Amino acid sequence: MLLADVASALEAFWRGSLGTSSALFSGTLVRAVPLILVGVGVALAFRAGVFNIGGEGQLLLGAVASTVVGLHWGGGVAGVIIALCASAVAGAAWAAIAAVLRARFGVLEVISTIMLNFVAVNLVSYLVRGPLQEPTRIYPQTSLIAESARLSRLWTGTRLHAGIFIGIVVAVCAWLVLTRMAAGFRLRAVGASPSAARASGRVDVERVTAAALVASGALAGLAGGVEVTGVTYALYENLSPGYGFSAIAVAILARLHPLGVLATALLFATLETGALGMQRDAGVPSVVASVLEALAILAVVAASGRFGISWRATRGPRTSGAA
Amino acid sequence: MAGDQGTANEWCGMTDVSPFLEAAVRTATPLLIAAAGESISERAGVINIGLEGCIIAGAYAAFATGGIPIAGYTSAIFAGLAVGITMAFFAVVMRRDQIIVGAGLTMLALGLTGTLFRLREASAPLVTTEPVTAIPLLSRIPVVGPALFAQPAITYFAFALVPALWWWSQRTQGGLALRAVGDSPSAAKAAGVQVVAVQAGAVIVGSALGGLAGGSLVLAQAGTFAEGMSAGRGFLAIAIVALGRWQPVGVALASLIFGAAMALQYVVQAMGWGIRYELVLMIPYVLTLVALAARRRGVSQGQHFSYAPAMLGRSLPDD
Repeated sequence: MLLADVASALEAFWRGSLGTSSALFSGTLVRAVPLILVGVGVALAFRAGVFNIGGEGQLLLGAVASTVVGLHWGGGVAGVIIALCASAVAGAAWAAIAAVLRARFGVLEVISTIMLNFVAVNLVSYLVRGPLQEPTRIYPQTSLIAESARLSRLWTGTRLHAGIFIGIVVAVCAWLVLTRMAAGFRLRAVGASPSAARASGRVDVERVTAAALVASGALAGLAGGVEVTGVTYALYENLSPGYGFSAIAVAILARLHPLGVLATALLFATLETGALGMQRDAGVPSVVASVLEALAILAVVAASGRFGISWRATRGPRTSGAA
Repeated sequence: MAGDQGTANEWCGMTDVSPFLEAAVRTATPLLIAAAGESISERAGVINIGLEGCIIAGAYAAFATGGIPIAGYTSAIFAGLAVGITMAFFAVVMRRDQIIVGAGLTMLALGLTGTLFRLREASAPLVTTEPVTAIPLLSRIPVVGPALFAQPAITYFAFALVPALWWWSQRTQGGLALRAVGDSPSAAKAAGVQVVAVQAGAVIVGSALGGLAGGSLVLAQAGTFAEGMSAGRGFLAIAIVALGRWQPVGVALASLIFGAAMALQYVVQAMGWGIRYELVLMIPYVLTLVALAARRRGVSQGQHFSYAPAMLGRSLPDD
């Protein structure tokens, strides 16, 4: 009997995630898009030794900005681009609060970004019940943005939208910046050893960490914008089922490699849609996916050598001279 | 916060501040217990981001035990211990990054408690909350009497923890060893202190207190469990420790300020001042950011907190 239960749960997982074309193209791939965008951002920040745990809040602010633009601006390609730019700017601005608090006031970004998550969640609750609520004032959400203000779908009958290309392009660009450009080199140098980077006299450590945090916020904000213009078409509470947190697992499992994020985002999207399928068809709570994500983080951290991973070094032991 | 409606009802038709003070102290209780635990862990040099996980695990354990406060609190402590032992193993013994391990454990605890909770029958049964233990005479003092002397026993425990912790950390060998490990592990080791054992022990004790804090959330406040009901209290507690400058008395004062900020929501609900509820819920989080920024000092070259243990957040060197 137990075996039969497990078999039916696994079958539900398969049907919910990859087993049918609608599950794959309308569920899993769609869900991978925000995970890619936030995950690449988290990877960049962690590479620079900045612990941006605030992807969720930055994503929500991006969603707010793109909704406002989408509701009030004309549609068309230009309208969509402006909405997406606005979402990136909003996410960057939200992360910039943490960057300023870190640079000027020495507030740990781990704490500040988490606090900003809670502020953002309550801000969205307020907006969808207050200034941005739909005109009939019945539902806690905004009106739908115009059809012309939406990201186009790749083919009819599925929910997969052009955002998947944005995600892939962003991941490739991030990889190029990280490995081929001076800015990426500085970022990795700061992440590997801030004291060595500072001692070299050629890297402004505070500036690089702030830039990495803001860039990572911009990508999370963009994810919110893509989600609104490509999937939800409106702002409401629980717009994000914790993309900002899953993205941390995505980035860590990818060992902070932007191209690896493409694969791990797809893996976790599969896990999450599969878990939703199990909840629907087999009565297994879908939060079990976050348990697996957390276990993945711990497994990677346990398996990686102590000094073998770049994000470790910022908080590593001081060299004898610096103490 | 989930399930605090009972307190809101007490507000109806009242205009004096004593119910607000009472709610503030009661709301501060889990924050204080958790922050006291975190201060022990941080004194030994470990930032325990897994504290949020300890709280939700403790809350669920207390809820699942149901009914008898003493049994609920005991299982809450054990749940915190379980998280703490895992944290100590990865972050102290294996010397992995404290923040990533802690964040992973918090996600794990939130996910596990959510899964277990949803696997139960649909409706969330209420558990009996701990009764108020009013201290004779003292609780009759006008205005502050009910706030200070008509609280559940766990609140008295939380405040008794403050002088106890101060005495222990300042006046005993154990406390000295704890602070030495957080400030200079090599010196502590040279003095014969078992550095790894002290740090691991501090994380585990701190996490047990985190679990207890979660238990008090269920048994002395909400009377039930809700997914994610820790609502960032673990992170608030970490901020409280920094605001209180790693000193027990400072931590207690900071906890009371945050308790008051959280209790404000009941005032606004009851008074109908036309302020949006969601905006009031932001206050503790915004307050954290403002307070941490206002406490600026010693900001130079990566040395962020001048009052902080010197090794805070850094892994121990290899033996």
